[in-house]
Amino acid sequence: MGLQAYLILAAVVFCIGLFGVVTRRNTIGILLGIELMLNAVNINLVAFSRFGGNVTGMIFTVFTICITVSEAALGLAIVILLFRVRRTVTADHLDLLKG
Amino acid sequence: MSGEQVAFWLLAIVLVGSALAVVLSTNLFHAVLWLALALTGTAGVFLLLEAEFLAAVQLLLYAGGIVTIVVFAIVVTERLVGERISQTNRRIAGGAIVSVAVLALIVSAVVERPLAITRAPATDDLTRAIGESVMTRYVLPFELLALLMVAALLGAIYFARPDD
Repeated sequence: MGLQAYLILAAVVFCIGLFGVVTRRNTIGILLGIELMLNAVNINLVAFSRFGGNVTGMIFTVFTICITVSEAALGLAIVILLFRVRRTVTADHLDLLKG
Repeated sequence: MSGEQVAFWLLAIVLVGSALAVVLSTNLFHAVLWLALALTGTAGVFLLLEAEFLAAVQLLLYAGGIVTIVVFAIVVTERLVGERISQTNRRIAGGAIVSVAVLALIVSAVVERPLAITRAPATDDLTRAIGESVMTRYVLPFELLALLMVAALLGAIYFARPDD
């Protein structure tokens, strides 16, 4: 399989994640969509690295995986905090900043 | 079809199917389990690309770590577990249009480019190459990453502390 096949697979997964981010109501569901999108980016990085013969893409993948884990930990901490303050995690009801 | 093509198509079906299940399932618990399958499928894609170190990291950190903490967050925040609340908002049409448009844009850009068909010759020891680069050329980003993780974990603990 050429590089193109991997890039298109990653694009499909990215767009499914985007759809999840736009349509989910639950904040945790939105985070799951973001995980899918970051995951698709990792496939791209590894595919480019493998077909280009350069190890840099793999190192970037290690970095993105670590950053994603930090993002998930912080995002879920914020979700728990929101639940404690507002008793809901539905994004439609979280309108504190709405003018 | 060669063995690699069969494996690629099987992984692609598993990955796309479980990704769709993540965004479409009405039960958030099921969505997390589908996400675990999608992340495992990605680890399979990494194996197919001969990046076995990244496949291991993917399984340990993503499929192990993230899925566990997401399940914990759902347990903590869901008051009515199992109740069929509508999980999607009314923007399904808009979301579908946006994501299909983005997909068309990316695919048209990818198809037009002359991209590599064959792989570069495999590094004999990829894990060693990654380790050496992280400790030499990319040592500064690596240390910044350590700082970021400490800050993120401290921040998460601060947020989640009990009320005093």
